[in-house]
Amino acid sequence: MMSIERIAVLGAGHVGPAIARVAIDAGYEVAIAASGDPADIELITGVLVPGATPLWAADAVAGADLVVLAIPLHRFPVFDPALVAGRLVVDVMNHWAPIDGHVAMFEDPAYGSSEIVARRLAGATVVKTLNHLGYHELEDDRRPADAADRRALGVAADDPAAAALVAEVVERIGYDAVRLPSLRAGRLLQPGGPVFGAALERAAFEDAVGVRQAA
Amino acid sequence: MTTFPLVLGLDTFGDTTDDAQGRPLSHAQSIRDVVEQGVLADHVGVDHIGIGEHHTPDMPMPAADVVLSAIAARTSRIRLGSAVTVLSSDDPVRVFQRFSTLNAISGGRAEVILGRGSSVDSFPLFGYDLADYEDLFEEKTALFAELLKGGPVTWQGKTRAALYEQDVVPYAENGAFPVWIGVGGSPQSVIRAARHGMSLMLAIIGGDPARFTPFSDLFQKALQRFGRDPLPVGVHAPGHVAATDEQARAEFWPYYLKVLRHYSRIRGFAVPNEASFRREIGPHGALYVGSPETVAQKIAVNMTRLGATRFDLKYGMGGLAHEKLMTSIELYGSQVIPRVRDLMASPEAPEA
Ligand SMILES: NC(=O)c1ccc[n+]([C@@H]2O[C@H](COP(=O)([O-])OP(=O)(O)OC[C@H]3O[C@@H](n4cnc5c(N)ncnc54)[C@H](OP(=O)(O)O)[C@@H]3O)[C@@H](O)[C@H]2O)c1
Repeated sequence: MMSIERIAVLGAGHVGPAIARVAIDAGYEVAIAASGDPADIELITGVLVPGATPLWAADAVAGADLVVLAIPLHRFPVFDPALVAGRLVVDVMNHWAPIDGHVAMFEDPAYGSSEIVARRLAGATVVKTLNHLGYHELEDDRRPADAADRRALGVAADDPAAAALVAEVVERIGYDAVRLPSLRAGRLLQPGGPVFGAALERAAFEDAVGVRQAA
Repeated sequence: MTTFPLVLGLDTFGDTTDDAQGRPLSHAQSIRDVVEQGVLADHVGVDHIGIGEHHTPDMPMPAADVVLSAIAARTSRIRLGSAVTVLSSDDPVRVFQRFSTLNAISGGRAEVILGRGSSVDSFPLFGYDLADYEDLFEEKTALFAELLKGGPVTWQGKTRAALYEQDVVPYAENGAFPVWIGVGGSPQSVIRAARHGMSLMLAIIGGDPARFTPFSDLFQKALQRFGRDPLPVGVHAPGHVAATDEQARAEFWPYYLKVLRHYSRIRGFAVPNEASFRREIGPHGALYVGSPETVAQKIAVNMTRLGATRFDLKYGMGGLAHEKLMTSIELYGSQVIPRVRDLMASPEAPEA
């Protein structure tokens, strides 16, 4: 796969439509799906994400180079891994217990939430990003590539090629992508970590997560 | 174009306040102060006072309806509502009864905003699981809508005992009280409000209010889809009014910082800094902090943008003294509200 052109966003709640909008602005072809009939999200899609196509989740995934998983974490245990087998998946979910409650599958403090997601979606390639900024900031905080105040977002994955593809998407949407070497290192992007909810430019972000790389 | 009257109100979460020496006042005193604030709001011409349900030591406000009743007894004009009632962890029948009773006491001035609010403390307290939030809210809202129709109720669901031809009292005198659904960014909740014929209250507590414009649009389109008449859209947002911009900022910022520091520790997000505060109090931010003129301009601009006919300023911020809040309420009623009315009535709608 050379680059990403078609994106499927799973989840039409707070976060899914916000990601779909910025993806459309960046020139991607975007499909969006909830857990059921696309007719149920037709109005939401038409008003909040003009230009996106509401589909059944399976159809959205089938036509996509990249799948964004933007569903509530407590629904993940009943999410069917077969749906995204063989796919490149961006996990934007958080285990944010004080806000969303505890989810048993994610309780083990030894593992980051995306490590647990990746273990369950064994047939997919999982990349963690876009989880640590508020969905309400996603549109406003975008900047062109050369802007001095461009905000940085972490991109964590075990597979460097997958990380590179997703980093390119993050850059095209309007953020500096800071690569973290593994999903395990992606724990730094979680709630309670140094960058969760923090608007940082590249240098400060790299300092905060302790990586240094050529831009 | 606007078919609904302009409603300019205040909301509080009943934060405990500090005395002149910076020591926190007792829960009991803070609650009594909220009653005084409500009475003052009535006297200075505020249209509505809303009290949010909270269950924490810094916001000891679990029984908003009781406090609203006390305000009702000492006022005759101001409308009295919740902001919000956490319906998911309550019994819709009890909520209906309590607010119907308030409606009776106040001569028809009660309202309810149903929602989740930004605190989730009622869930562990009453033995609910946050993972069930959506299902609880959906089912209980449906029951609440049934109760509002009046008359014996027959209902069956998973979240409470079934009702068969059940009388639920007190009966309404002049129809049901107004009900809103508070929405912080969930499009499903916007659709839900439209489906049940409840008005839409947008809680805008961070970021550019303009991003909510599509939500108002979605609401009106959804009402059409469900064959319902248009309903009003309101905005709830935090702020503080003082004589000058500088004074308002200086009074508000330390408490805002303290409260957010506290929550950032518990919830694990980054503490805001002065730059983010400046952004939030600026034209593209969510906070209404400043002189009466600054706050009025910002309210008028955003109401126009969002197609809203109601605005509730959420005053108070953990610790901010009762006396400062009283001044803020006085300025809001006597200066901000008339100014917003002027600005919104002028043929040239205010521009962003
Ligand atoms: N709050 C933030 O700013 C923020 C930022 C970044 C990331 N996050 C994370 O993003 C995730 C989503 O949060 P949210 O607030 O957007 O949740 P939300 O509003 O509750 O999302 C609900 C949406 O997810 C859909 N959904 C549920 N199960 C699904 C499935 N199996 N397949 C497809 N769609 C499904 C629902 O569809 P139905 O209505 O059909 O059930 C609905 O459209 C969370 O893990 C959160 O931690 C949040």
